[in-house]
Amino acid sequence: MGAGHTHPLHVHEHSRTHHLPAHVKVVATLTTAGLVATAPRDDVIAFAGAAVVLAAVARASRVPGRFLVSRLAVTAPFLIAALLLPFVASGPRVDVVGVPLAVEGLWGALGLVSRTLLGATASLLLVATTEVPALLRGLERLRVPPVLTQIAATMLRYLEVIVGEVGRQRRAMTARGYDPRWLWQLGPLTAGLGVLFVRAYERGERVHAAMLARGFTGRMPVLVAERPATAADWAVAMAVPGLVAVARTVGAVVGGAEAWA
Amino acid sequence: MHAPDGFLTGPTAIATGVMSAGAIAASLKASRPELDDDRIPLAGVTAAFVFAAQMVNFPVAAGTSGHLLGGALAAVLLGPSLGLLVVAVVVIVQAIGFADGGLTALGYNVLNMAVVTALGGWAVFRGLRRVLPATATGVSLAAGVAAAASVVLSSMAFSLQWLFGASAAVPFDRVFTAMAGVHALIGVGEGLITAGVIAAVLAVRPDLVRGADGIDRAAGPAKLPRARFVLAAVAASLVVATVVAQFAVGDPDGLERVAEDTGFIEAAEDHAFGSSIFADYATAGVASETVSLAIAGIVGTLVTLAVGTGLLLLVRDRRRGTSADAERAPSA
Repeated sequence: MGAGHTHPLHVHEHSRTHHLPAHVKVVATLTTAGLVATAPRDDVIAFAGAAVVLAAVARASRVPGRFLVSRLAVTAPFLIAALLLPFVASGPRVDVVGVPLAVEGLWGALGLVSRTLLGATASLLLVATTEVPALLRGLERLRVPPVLTQIAATMLRYLEVIVGEVGRQRRAMTARGYDPRWLWQLGPLTAGLGVLFVRAYERGERVHAAMLARGFTGRMPVLVAERPATAADWAVAMAVPGLVAVARTVGAVVGGAEAWA
Repeated sequence: MHAPDGFLTGPTAIATGVMSAGAIAASLKASRPELDDDRIPLAGVTAAFVFAAQMVNFPVAAGTSGHLLGGALAAVLLGPSLGLLVVAVVVIVQAIGFADGGLTALGYNVLNMAVVTALGGWAVFRGLRRVLPATATGVSLAAGVAAAASVVLSSMAFSLQWLFGASAAVPFDRVFTAMAGVHALIGVGEGLITAGVIAAVLAVRPDLVRGADGIDRAAGPAKLPRARFVLAAVAASLVVATVVAQFAVGDPDGLERVAEDTGFIEAAEDHAFGSSIFADYATAGVASETVSLAIAGIVGTLVTLAVGTGLLLLVRDRRRGTSADAERAPSA
């Protein structure tokens, strides 16, 4: 709380998207991701449509593009894997500037890159416009067992502390002139992780004792009651997957890019 | 291995989602005695530890590095049910909060990274503990080899899902060889780290290691015989990954059964979703197809066997262990 509203995941703003009830946004995001994930790999109309819709949501929610791009970096390993597909896939090949590339692999790469980026953008927009406690309560409203959401809540609360601990260990090691680069130098790293577990567990015991002392009964108190979802909320949120569904229908009628080529 | 949205077909995502949800439900039920006791904060902080441990890159060779998956480690530390839950929460939060892994890919991501590693790792761990001496060294060794095997099992589970729901025309045998080969190497790192962490925790707070029940604490802190351990971990990973494939070729039963299964899958699968690789693949060459089907059969049997054993152990421990759990709980 001391850090105010700065949060690595959340973009603090006051837009229509930010004020929608969390569970409505979760349903809309999952539907959008599902529509994108199951679109045929050559359905460029569906992919382009989804990209336009998501860009519009980002703009309306005042989520900066810089935030999205830097967060999308986590998908890089799969984007690289996708770019390898034209080289490893089987089937007929086509010469591109003298390099034989598998036709199947090229279409596969198109589908994989589009689905990865669009799906990740959808879930990034969800967390960017929803604060973590609201998001977890939204998941509970969708019947996710409270045990899971509470484990997640505690985890996110202490993640920063424990990651900080890792950093301090690493710095202490470097300051003493140890910089492991080979597999057989793992010993000190693993001992550090063992200590980290014991410290994390003991911190958990202290936190639990402190919570019990403050009257914890197994459920976290709800500080700000979430307002019930209105028909208008659902209409606004579901317009996003609705428009993506329209793009997919158009794509299905027109046919995929594979048929054009 | 945080697969993105649409990496496998819709039906595969749904089927694996149902399996993951079932495993999570079973674990919630099994860990109720521990979690009903308001001990959720402990699980949460341990989840934060697994999350942080995944961020520690370890050197594989100069220039390249890997990181911990932690499923087997969490299972040995917390027991299979709570370990599974903790790693599942980590994977789910990574998908929702950090876009690391797709939302619609959660079914197979949770299955491969939490369910298969925790249950499969636990099954191997319990098996090894019967053979190895009940000392800190024995427990650390068992945990390390189990962790190495769990990573290979996880990569095999993934290859198998690729067979049923691939999104691109890369043949199963190529995916399987690449995945199992790379993960046999990663598994050695995972095994070394897991063994080291367990040894370190056993030296300080042996009561925190759920898998170390009944060890001889007088035997002193664990000193890992490293050469022997590396050999054991390499052997475990490679046996699981490659020797099995050799057997596969001459096995008509496995072949027939999988051909049946896959024939069924081909018929049942997704004209709506379109991108079933299997039809593409069948044209790629009959000889290699039969071999790869046979391998798939063996791989499927192995993964199912390990995960099933883990699940059985979990259920059996729950029936037997409620009073022991209450006893073990350190007073907070």
